[in-house]
Amino acid sequence: MNIIKTLSQNKVAMVGFAVLVMLILVAVLGPYVYEGTPWKMVQRPFIPPFENSSYLLGTDILGRDVLAGLIYGTRISLLVSFVSTVIALLIGIPLGAYAGYFGGWVDEVLMRFTEIFQTVPSFALAIVLVAIFEPSVYSITGAIALVSWPPVARLVRGEFLRLRNQEYVLAAKLNGQSNRNIILKEILPNSLSPIIVLASLMVATAILLESSLAFLGLGDPEIMSWGYMIGSSRTVIRQAWWLSFIPGVAIAVTVLALNLLGEGLNDALNPKLSGKRES
Amino acid sequence: MTPLLKVENLSIRLPEGADREFAISNVNYDLLPGEILCVVGESGSGKSMTANAIMGLLPATIEVNRGTIIFDGYDLVSLEERRARALRGNRISMIFQEPMTALNPLMRIADQISEVFLIHTDMTSKERETRTLALLEDVGLPDPEKMMRAYPHQLSGGQRQRVMIAMALALEPSVLIADEPTTALDVTTQAQILKLIKDLQKKHNTAVMFITHDFGVVAEIADRVVVMEKGIMVEIGSRDEVLNNPQHSYTQKLIAAVPPLTAPERISHKQSDRTPVLSVNNLYKTFSTGGSWFRKGRVVKAVDNVSFDLYRGETLGLVGESGSGKSTVSRCVVRLLDSDSGEIVLGGSPIQLLKGRDLAPFRKRIQMVFQDPYGSLNPRKTIGQIIADGPIAQGMSPKDAMAKAVELLELVELPAAALDRYPHEFSGGQRQRVGIARALAHDPEVLVADEAISALDVSVQAQILDLIETLKKRLNLAVLFVVHDLRVAAQVCDRVIVMQRGKIVESGNTRQVFVSPNHAYTKSLIASIPGAHWRSGKDAKPPIPQEVVA
Repeated sequence: MNIIKTLSQNKVAMVGFAVLVMLILVAVLGPYVYEGTPWKMVQRPFIPPFENSSYLLGTDILGRDVLAGLIYGTRISLLVSFVSTVIALLIGIPLGAYAGYFGGWVDEVLMRFTEIFQTVPSFALAIVLVAIFEPSVYSITGAIALVSWPPVARLVRGEFLRLRNQEYVLAAKLNGQSNRNIILKEILPNSLSPIIVLASLMVATAILLESSLAFLGLGDPEIMSWGYMIGSSRTVIRQAWWLSFIPGVAIAVTVLALNLLGEGLNDALNPKLSGKRES
Repeated sequence: MTPLLKVENLSIRLPEGADREFAISNVNYDLLPGEILCVVGESGSGKSMTANAIMGLLPATIEVNRGTIIFDGYDLVSLEERRARALRGNRISMIFQEPMTALNPLMRIADQISEVFLIHTDMTSKERETRTLALLEDVGLPDPEKMMRAYPHQLSGGQRQRVMIAMALALEPSVLIADEPTTALDVTTQAQILKLIKDLQKKHNTAVMFITHDFGVVAEIADRVVVMEKGIMVEIGSRDEVLNNPQHSYTQKLIAAVPPLTAPERISHKQSDRTPVLSVNNLYKTFSTGGSWFRKGRVVKAVDNVSFDLYRGETLGLVGESGSGKSTVSRCVVRLLDSDSGEIVLGGSPIQLLKGRDLAPFRKRIQMVFQDPYGSLNPRKTIGQIIADGPIAQGMSPKDAMAKAVELLELVELPAAALDRYPHEFSGGQRQRVGIARALAHDPEVLVADEAISALDVSVQAQILDLIETLKKRLNLAVLFVVHDLRVAAQVCDRVIVMQRGKIVESGNTRQVFVSPNHAYTKSLIASIPGAHWRSGKDAKPPIPQEVVA
């Protein structure tokens, strides 16, 4: 495929992609390869990084292994963000598709409904949702998905509005194809590129949301996460700055990698918009 | 005479991966003072490349490989940007194809034109205003005082092109480059713009390089002609030499493909004893735009009491300029649009009110071929899928549908190997063949061709027209041919309907309508066809009608 070829020529995007692959490997294999547990107190507290060779990144307030926390945190960050993005897409794409394809009152109703979600500050809504349903992986994932689908719906609606009067769609109508077929087989495949780009950026936003929730103490209490690590060590930031700094860097690197990849995908999938190629 | 502009051995290289190495190679011609030189070619022939090189408009990835463009003793190719800029717009200026996008939508007409003076001269603002007003009068815009304060969107396409010409001629350049300036315009507007360019050219003794694909336009205004094919200059000569006695085989082919304006005698069908396959009775359709709670929106009567009958085995032309409602009629007829009132009877059954499931069985009896060969095929589907989709949706098994697709490909003269390939691998003409195959997959009785050949080059047009004609005879189709090009209509239609602002102003046998049109509008349409006197062999030409000011 030439999309993959174009993407592989984009060095910055490939750096992002490489980092992401590495993080996924860490998330999947890390806990099996690295023998450490994130919750157990293994040593005296406040060992700085690179001082004790068995605990490379040192220990936290309670003497827990920071590196182990980081590895387990990768799991939860990626899991929550990917799953919540998939759910958001599953809500947003059909909603936007119906609104854009049928137009008229269907569009009015669905878009007003979308606007209700857009007018509420998304982070506040996520906090309320998690607080009501008690913090767990499920409620966090659900809450993040629920606050991040409206942009998908709006984007898909725009694409459908643009494409529904294309002549090949009209031809499909003249063929007597069902609306479902036209939406799924004619229009949706041609509107995938911007959706893919948006999805890659949504994963990044979801990581930030999950970390923010965990930072506020609304993370799943059973699971070690980057946000929780920062949150729990914020009181000692003057004595042991690295305890906040290390997971902070992990978040920043992951989000950056996703953004670089998203940018690269955008250039590869929408060559006309990126302005790098002449038609 | 010493040439004003001299293009010598010019070669422009395309970036790697393009379909050929050079956009143009070894192009030589010069432009004499006070002449109109037409550069003619089909799309992809590189006809605009030289002009772009002169104006410094080549994309960053494309560069001049070899050769010089000498203007006034300077080589424009190697001249440094700052000094070339002083020549551009001042001594050499350009008008573009698309009058809709060539003007800044946020600037008033007066400001856009006087900007030229602001950049190149040190006139005072008072002087600039007087000059601008004089220019607008010069290009024949109605009510120039009011035009000064207008924004581009308030002007029609023809008026905008006049503004562009005013801007281009503001500083009385010695060279004017016109890149397809009338292609996007209606035929009557085109005739006026061509006349304007010619008049102004005479008045100011400007040398004009006129780029076009239309030999009719060439016949209308050219002094000399350059013919380009795939980046190579194949012929150069005076207008009469090239048009009437072309030397190169490519030129001969192109000229032969230009349809003559005379309608051939056709065997008239006895229609009284047959029932029409499609009848449209008193069809109405209005569009309303821009209304709000407090203000009434603009209501456009797109289709206003249109009635006609269509019989099997005949081609009925629906002719008109943009905004005449001809496309709206065709879309109502195939039920892509709902009509407001009136009756559409297909094979005895009224179909104008049917919806969903009830409509489905009628869908396959009336099919459409679309205008845009690039937009009418789903880029993510193979040709086979595109053709087979229709029959499958109508209940045929996928295997039979594919077998049928193979047959259809043969019918439209495409190789069976096309089945598994994607639309982007095909040329415009080939895609249009796929579009026809898709329409025929249902064995329709009525084929609606909505400007089906307008986006194609003239030689490809001729092939597609032939194909439609052959298929019509073979399958006994009734064809409703929506077209703006009267030359095409004259060639393929048995009967024509002329539409203006949603109304039918004239209808009848093609030959009769073309030989002795009754309505004034039909007369003006026929008179406006560029190069009419050339192709019909007559020298006399009726006067060009005045612009209808809306």
